[in-house]
This record gives sequence, structure tokens and C-alpha cells, in this order.
Amino acid sequence: MLKRLLQSVREFKLPTILTLIFITLEAVIETSLPFTTANLVNMIKNGTEMSEVLKLGVVLVILAVASLSCGGIAAITCSKAASGFARNLRHDLFSKVQTYSFENIDKFSSSSLVTRMTTDIAHVQMSYMMIIRTAIRSPLMLIFSTVMAYVMGGSLAAAFVVVIPILAVGLLLVSRKAMPAFRRVFRKYDRLNESIEENVRAMRVVKGFSREEYEKVKFGKASDDIAKEFTFAERIVALNTPLMNFCMYFNMLFILLIGSYLAVRSGGVSVDVGQISAMLTYGMLILMSLMMLSMIYVMLTMSAESMKRITEVLREPPSLSSPENAVYEVKDGSIRFENVNFKYSAKAKHYALSDINLIIPSGATVGILGGTGVGKSSLTQLIPRLYDATDGAVYVGGVDVREYDLSVLRKAVAMVLQKNLLFSGTISENLRWGNPDATDAEIVEACRLACADEFIRSFPDGYDTKIEQGGTNVSGGQKQRLCIARALLAHPKILVLDDSTSAVDTKTDAMIRAAFEEYIPSTTKIIIAQRVASVQHADMIVVMDGGKIVDVGTHEELLHSSEIYREVSEQQSGGGDENE
Amino acid sequence: MNKPMRPRAKKGTMKRVIKTVFQYYPVLFPLTLICILFSAVVAAIPDILIQKIVAAIETWQPTQNWAPAAKEIVPMVAFLGILYLLSLIAVTVYTQLMAVITQGYLSKMRRKMFDGMQNLPIRYFDSTKHGDIMSHYTNDIDTLRQLISQSIPSLIRAGSVVICVFGIMVYYSLWMTLLVLFGVALMIFVSKKFGGGSAKYFLRHQKSMGAAEGYIQEMMNGQKVIKVFCHEDAAQEDFDRLNDALFQDAYRANCYSNILGPIIQNIGNILYVLVAVVGGALLLTDVPNISISGMPFTLSIVIPFLNMTKQFTGNINQLSQQINHIVMALAGADRIFALMDQAPEEDEGYVTLVNAKIDDEGNVTETKEHTGRWAWKHPHSDGTLTYTPLCGDVRMVDVDFAYEEGKPVLNNISVYAKPGQKVAFVGATGAGKTTITNLINRFYDIADGKIRYDGININKIRKSDLRSSLGIVLQETNLFTGTVMENIRYGKLDATDEECMEAARLAGADSFITRLPNGYETQLSGNGSNLSQGQRQLIAIARAAVADPPVLIMDEATSSIDTRTEAIVQRGMDKLMEGRTVFVIAHRLSTVKNSDVIMVLDHGNIIERGTHDELIAERGTYYQLYTGAFELE
Repeated sequence: MLKRLLQSVREFKLPTILTLIFITLEAVIETSLPFTTANLVNMIKNGTEMSEVLKLGVVLVILAVASLSCGGIAAITCSKAASGFARNLRHDLFSKVQTYSFENIDKFSSSSLVTRMTTDIAHVQMSYMMIIRTAIRSPLMLIFSTVMAYVMGGSLAAAFVVVIPILAVGLLLVSRKAMPAFRRVFRKYDRLNESIEENVRAMRVVKGFSREEYEKVKFGKASDDIAKEFTFAERIVALNTPLMNFCMYFNMLFILLIGSYLAVRSGGVSVDVGQISAMLTYGMLILMSLMMLSMIYVMLTMSAESMKRITEVLREPPSLSSPENAVYEVKDGSIRFENVNFKYSAKAKHYALSDINLIIPSGATVGILGGTGVGKSSLTQLIPRLYDATDGAVYVGGVDVREYDLSVLRKAVAMVLQKNLLFSGTISENLRWGNPDATDAEIVEACRLACADEFIRSFPDGYDTKIEQGGTNVSGGQKQRLCIARALLAHPKILVLDDSTSAVDTKTDAMIRAAFEEYIPSTTKIIIAQRVASVQHADMIVVMDGGKIVDVGTHEELLHSSEIYREVSEQQSGGGDENE
Repeated sequence: MNKPMRPRAKKGTMKRVIKTVFQYYPVLFPLTLICILFSAVVAAIPDILIQKIVAAIETWQPTQNWAPAAKEIVPMVAFLGILYLLSLIAVTVYTQLMAVITQGYLSKMRRKMFDGMQNLPIRYFDSTKHGDIMSHYTNDIDTLRQLISQSIPSLIRAGSVVICVFGIMVYYSLWMTLLVLFGVALMIFVSKKFGGGSAKYFLRHQKSMGAAEGYIQEMMNGQKVIKVFCHEDAAQEDFDRLNDALFQDAYRANCYSNILGPIIQNIGNILYVLVAVVGGALLLTDVPNISISGMPFTLSIVIPFLNMTKQFTGNINQLSQQINHIVMALAGADRIFALMDQAPEEDEGYVTLVNAKIDDEGNVTETKEHTGRWAWKHPHSDGTLTYTPLCGDVRMVDVDFAYEEGKPVLNNISVYAKPGQKVAFVGATGAGKTTITNLINRFYDIADGKIRYDGININKIRKSDLRSSLGIVLQETNLFTGTVMENIRYGKLDATDEECMEAARLAGADSFITRLPNGYETQLSGNGSNLSQGQRQLIAIARAAVADPPVLIMDEATSSIDTRTEAIVQRGMDKLMEGRTVFVIAHRLSTVKNSDVIMVLDHGNIIERGTHDELIAERGTYYQLYTGAFELE
């Protein structure tokens, strides 16, 4: 997992290594400071010449300045390394997602992909920064300080033999116990916040049923429950402070008592006041580095979850890809389904489509009718190979769709999805998704066909009108017409409209269909609709139910032969058309 | 990771935070503070003892005789040991208490916020972004936690250590103190300098992060459209541009925040060295010492000074780090208090709904037990009580309404709905259909005119009673995390399982519910994301059915059910509407066809009213809508 992630460091290896080097230098200098200072103190005590003292003093100041520079440089390189690593990770995730098929996208929900690319990467960036700054530094400090302490203090360093294991074991125990508790409570905390969100969203329901008091009681219980668990976890972590203090205090007492004994007995030969003072500083350094190490441990385990979620995305193999020796030309818009069965994932219990056999000649207009969830969308999504058929095969222009180059196939099959989207940008930018090289004239032409030109011109900025994220500033019917125009711009051989005119009034709907007949006669048009009126003039109408094709025929034929069709048709007739 | 810079908090917010903590923990919080203070003072004491011990070493070192030295040193170390022990107890007590207080306080604040929020008028939720409300519960509460559990204790602790250490320094030597102060001034200067730059880049970082995250969100949501149009490369290109900008800003912002720590720390190191050098120089040149203690300058002063320098700078560093947190936390606390201080929905109603017995002559008497019959209990100013049976007669007379002053949404609306009648509203989006229903259940109050429920002015009816006599099914169905059964029971909390299932059958939801993996016990989550929109609406209808209200409001309740399913559900719906006053808003005109009266709304005015046949015969707007000449959305 770590290895896969670290592949994204790439060009930021250099700043990472520089960080490690400068941090190490800083640590070395910092640990040598008390040692040198101790010498200075002893010199002063022994009444050495002023010039000697100053000389050492200058050396010390130079050391401190060097340490400052190293620290500063490391701060810069480490910022670069961590931000760069995050940048590369984001890039890698984004481009990985671009290779995903619909099946992959279904597997991760889009909101979970967003979290992975934002919050999770932020976590990893933080941990990376922490780690390259302290993961090397803290153990180094620990080792240097201990060594220095032994060199200088000799037997005084025995204090550390007692303190280090106590602190190390203590910290380990605390984090081992606290972490699962935290993980548990964080999950609960997320759920609590979800329930608040639910409450806010459903406020009309809450108030409509006068359930304010009920909600308060429910929330109060959940909140108290979480407070209890949080307190438990935090109390464990809170033990760190007294533990640390105990070690510090012990160290202090030990060094003061044994140190002064040694200093007095040896007459300042083996241990002197300078050493005592230095030992106190080293004690602090050692304890601090241990503390940092335990923090890194906690941090790593905490961000392990994020790392896992990121690698999941990186490791997910795209379930569809272009074949080798792909076919680069789609001959015409004929479609043939041969014994197709389909389910959305290998694990799914039920087939979304079964026993599909259907032949659609090039240039035909085909209507598909049926209730929600009967497989209409699933059927059409197999044509541009958004999903692969589980069994059987789908042919476009006489060639199995799996033999085409994906982008060639998808450019030939334009799809207006049921859950369609416009993106933030101007109207013409949105339309050019269909064809980046489209001229202005082509755009206007497509919009005329989709009956969108008129309303676009009514906007003050016309084709340069800005569309808000999600297309919230145009009405449902306008959005659908823009989406149709966008698909038309691709000059497709096959055009699929998946319930794409549901919010368009019947008159306009009819006009759009008429325009199709007139201007793009050679394009195969597949229209999924709820309204009989939208499909009744089609060359062929496919009636679906329960993932199967139950009837195929023209309007007149089906009125006689298909019970479902007759039922729907009768229900919608008598005034006939309606709006959705 | 980082939070946006926020405007400064109002004055008095800190006071209010502290006051509320005291309020909730009148004993524990002061006790905690005392423990923090005690441990801080103890932290400063060793410096004095070290000076004395070093002095003792200096005195006895030439004799190399431990025994007399021990007489001086051992009691001091022992004294220190006892102090440490006490301090250790104090530290343990305050850290444990702090954990308890922090979480308890947060939970209380959360509950207070939530409870307050339940009582806010719908207007608040309509005019506030839900994301903003949520951020009070997540970001703002988080900053508050930081404030209580970290900032306040370390402010007190570091502050008192600094004061104590400063006192001890002056006690020993003024010259040396001035030197340390100079170093600290330098530190503060540097932090300020970097702080300014950091704030600038921080903001830029926030902005480019927002841009990149917005793009990610949009593209991840539109990933399927990207696939359909083979737009992958273009999307990647745009993203890389944003991503690079984000990297540049993140790099700069992080530089500033990362570099400050090592610089401050190393200024501390330089100061440490300077103290040693200057101390030595003073010692060797015999400059007269100025101090409170009047002690001559000796090595025994230099040694604790070294230690004190570390302590002093370390704690100043801590204080400076807390300041940012505190500013941010107070801004968060401000927003939390602002939510708590929102004026709750007013309810001056005094007419209540009671269980009633109605005899053959139509006399109404109040009873305690559940009779299935209800009556309005209406106390009058002269002390008398009247009971009016609950029937579901709703009248609106000349109602005007505006969400914002000067922008009228409804003009002169008059609607009479007799018990059992079905009244439909049709019209384009924004014509004011939903607004009418918002007024009947008093989500909003009318500006002018009258609304009467069973002849009683609805302003006199207690809101909770008014609303429980009205069932609503909205277009946007909101289900709660829980089982299907629990969701249906939401309409009537004491409903038995049988009642809930009966309601589901009535709504036509029973058949699909029983086919769910765990039937009525199937767990729903994420607003019922495992169900189709139509299924969710059916559950919402069942939820309203179980409440068995005399008046039902259906706002686009069947819009997401496909026509074929709707036909199947229709019978259940008709049964559900039977005997109730029903207000229907529907897009699909087939649903409103059989209404007793249909109102066509346009820009807040009723432009046509009548039965389906009458309106068709009129050949007006309704006719055009019905024949599909108009787009409704």
C-alpha cells in the first residue's frame, strides 16, 4: 500500500531527500549545543581567559545560526515535498478515475471519490510532512542525545536507562488503547453529523408532524452516548501528560541528587556543574523525541485509513478498455443484440437484462417504453459500451462493440443520459463537449434542431450565458434541450435519448422529433420515454418489462398485440398528453 | 486540514464561553484551573533549587566531602521530590478532568444548538444554506474543542510559567533578564512578520483549494457524462491546471507555517548560547549585579538561567501558537452562539386538540382516553370553554403573502375546502402553489387575510396541534436512517406494527416493502438511497397515512412514480383521500382530474377555478396545459 502511494512522489524525491538531510543536520547541531555549552560553563567556572570563553561563545552562536538555517531550509523543502506529493496524488487519482468504466464508477460512489481526492489526500499530505520532518529527526535525536549523555555524564546517564523504557512502554500502551477507541467514536461522530444533516434536510417533515421534541430526545441520547465514548478515549490519551511529567521529574531528581554527589566527591573531575546542566537539557530532548515518535505512530495509524482508501482507487483495474488492433471506423448506425444477458456486477443476484435479441436497421427511429427499473437505460448503455454485456454480444455497424476503439465507438454513439448534467461554463463551452472543433454556425444549427436556439437567444448573454454548477440556472426543459443539442454536435451515427424530453412540453417534443426526421435521417435514433406520444410515430417500438423485451412493433400493431402498451396508452390518452 | 481565516469574534465571546463552562461545571472547572496553576508554579520552582544546589556544590567541591554537602542538598532534592509528587497528582487530576469537561461541554453545546434549532421557524432553514448549518456542528464545534481542551489550559499554564520564571529571573539578575527579554522581543517580531505573510498565502491557498475541490466535485458527479463524450483528456487538462495552482499556493502557505517553528525554536537556541556567553562575560568582568535578591553574580545563577531561558522561550512559543487557535475558535464560538440566539418560532396559540366524545345530539365532551374523535378546545377571554369537533374545514379568505417585503407571492387568494373535498392547485413553477400549503400549516404566516380551520383562526391554534391535524407528503421525500417500519411510524409514534402495515397497504407501498430483503425491518440509510424515488414517495405517503389526519397536503407526492405504477397506486391513494380534505399540487394533470375543484395559479393569482370538465370547456390556461401546449417547468 505504502509502496503504491510513494510511487506518486516522483519529481519531489529531491526535496524529500533534502529535507531529510537538513533535518538530520539540524538535529546533530542541536544535540551538540548543550555539550558545547557545558564546556563553556565549566570554562567560566574554572576562570579561563575571557578571550577563550568568547571564542567558544562565537562558535556556539555560529552553531545556533547554522541550526536555524538548516531548520529553515528543511521547512521549505518539506513544504515543497509534501504539497508536491499531494499534487501528484491528486493528479494520479483524477487520471485513474478517467480510465474508469461505468461499472467502476458505480462501485465507488461519486461522493466517496470526492472525499478520497480531498480529505483523504489532505490527511496523507499532513502525515507525509510530519513523517519526513520528524520520523528521521526524532530517532536521531534520541540516539544522539543518549550517546552524548553517556559521553558526558557517564553514570549520570543511568537515569535514562530507567526513564526511556518506562516512557516508551507507557506511550505505546496509551496509543494502542486509545486508537481503537478513537476510531470507533469517530465513526459514531460521523453518523451523528449525518443524522443532524438528515434532520435539517427533513425539517419540513419534522415540523409537519410536530416531532421537534421527539427529535430532541433522540439527538440528546446520541450526543450523550458519544460524549461518553469520547471522554473515555480522551482520558486515556490524557494519561500521556502525567506520564511524560513523571519521567521528566524523575530525571531531574536523579541527576540533581546523583550529579551533585558525583560533582562534590570527584571535586569536579568526573562530573561538574556544566555536565549537570547539560544532562538536564539532554533529558528533555530525549523525552521530547520519544513523545514525537509516539505522535508519529498515532498519526500513521490514523491516516492509514486514508491511505487505504486512496490506494483502493489507484489499484482498481478499469473494467473496460480498447482492444488491441481495434476497429477505428463505425460503418453505419445499425444495431444488433444477440442473446444478451446483463447484470451490473458479477455479484448481483438479478439480471438487469435477459434474453435480449433485437435488430435495429441503420437510420431507424426506435422507441423504448416501460416502467421504471425495467431495463430501458441498461439496454441502451450497452450500445456505446458503457457496460459490457454479461453474455451474448452487441453489434454496431455489424461489428462487435468490444472490437472497436472505445473513443471511436462513443463518438459514433451519442447518448443523452437520463441523469444529465451541464457543467459550469458558458452555454457554448458546454455544447462543445459534443465536438470541441464545432464552429459557431454548427452550434446554432444543433440548437435549432433541439429547439434550444430560441430560448438561448432570449438570454441577455445568448450563447455566452454562464451555466452554474449543475445547470441550476436553466429550467429542466431547457437543460434537456441543451443536452440534446450537445449530443447532436457530435454528428453521431446513433443517437440515444434516455428520457431526455420528459420536462419538455409536448409541442416542442414533437418539433424536436420532426427535426430529427428531416435533418438527420441517416442517424439511428433511439428514444426512451414514458410518454406514448413521444414514441408512437417511431418505426419500431420496443416494450420492456422485468428486464425483458416483451413486445416489438409499431404503434398500431402494439395497440392490438401488447397488453402493457395498450394499458399505458389508454391511461395516457383522453386529452392524451401530459407534462412531467 | 486548514480552516479559512475568519473575521474576528465579537467582544465578550470569550467571556461567554468561560461563563458557560463555569455554569455547567461549577466545581470541576475551578478545580481544574487550580490544578493547572499549581502545576505551572511547581514547574518554575526547580530553577530556584538548582541555583541553591549548584551553589552548594561550588562551596563543598574543593573539600570533596559529600557528608556536609548532603546535609544541604538532600533536603532540597527531597523537597523538590515532594513538590513533584504533588504536581504529578495535580497534572493527572487536571488532564483527566479536562477530558471530562471538554466532552461534556461540547455535548451540552451540541444539544443546546440542536434543541434551539428544532424550534426555529422554517424561514431560517429556507434562507440558510444547509452546509452552513452543518458546519456549526462540525467545524465550529471542533474549534471550540480545541479552545477548551488545549488553548485555555495552555494559556493559563504557559502564562503563569512565564510570569513565575520572569519573577525568578528578576530576582536573580536584571542584566540577564534584559538579555532574555530582548530575545523574546525578537521572537515576537519575527512571528508577526511571518504571521502577516502566512495569512495572505493562507487565504490564497484556501481559494485555490476551493476551486480545485469544486472542480473535483463537479467532475466526479459528471463522470458518466465525461465518458459518454470522451471528454477525459480535456477534463484532465483543466484539472491539472487547477491542481498546479493549488500546489503553488499550498507550497507557499505551508512554507510560512512550517518555517516559523524552527526559526522561533532556533532563536531560542541562540538566546541559550548568548545567555551562557554573556553570563560568563559578566562573571569574568565583575560587573555589579542588579537584582531583587541582592545576590552577587555567580555561576550558580548562570546555570538556572540557562534552564529558565529554555522554559521562558518554550512557553512564549506555546502562547504564540495558541493565539491563532484562539482567534479561530472564538469566531467559531461566535457562530455557535449566533445560532443559539436565533429567535425561535413564536407560538401564541392557545386552542388545543383533545380527545373527545361526541354524543348523538352533537354535544362534545373532552375525555382522557383515545376515542378516535378529536375536538378543538377553545378557551375564551371570559373564562368559558368551547369544544369544536375536528372536521377538516379549511377556508382562506383574501390571503396575501410575501416571503420578502415588496415581492408579493400570493395576492387575494380565497379557497374554501369543505370536509372531504379535494382541492387541486396547478400552475407553473413559482406560481405560488407550494406557498399556499406553507401558509395552512403556518410554516409561514400570512401578511393579510384570514385562514380558518373548522371556523377557528389558525393563529389561535397551537402550532403543534394544528400541524398534527394536517398530514403532508412533499415532493422531496425525506426519510430517516432506520427501518422502514420506524419511518412509517414517524407519522404516529404510538402506532402498532399492524397499523403501520395497514397504512402501507393503503398507500400501495406494502407490495414492494414485503419484497425488500428484510421486509418492514429493512434498514434505510442516506435518505433511503437504496430505494427508488417512487418507492421513497410511497413510504412517505404511508407515513402520512398512519397519522390519519383529517386534512392531507400532497405536494407533488406522486411526481416520481411512473405513470404505470401510479395507476396501480391510484386506487390506494383514492382510498387514502376518502373522507379527508385534500390539497393536491401536481404536475401531472391526470392526478388532479378528479378533484372537486382545480385552481390554476399564475404569478400568485388564481386565474381559473372549477372542475376539470368546466375548465376544459373554458378553453383557457388549464386547457392549454392539459393539451401540452405549455411547459410547466
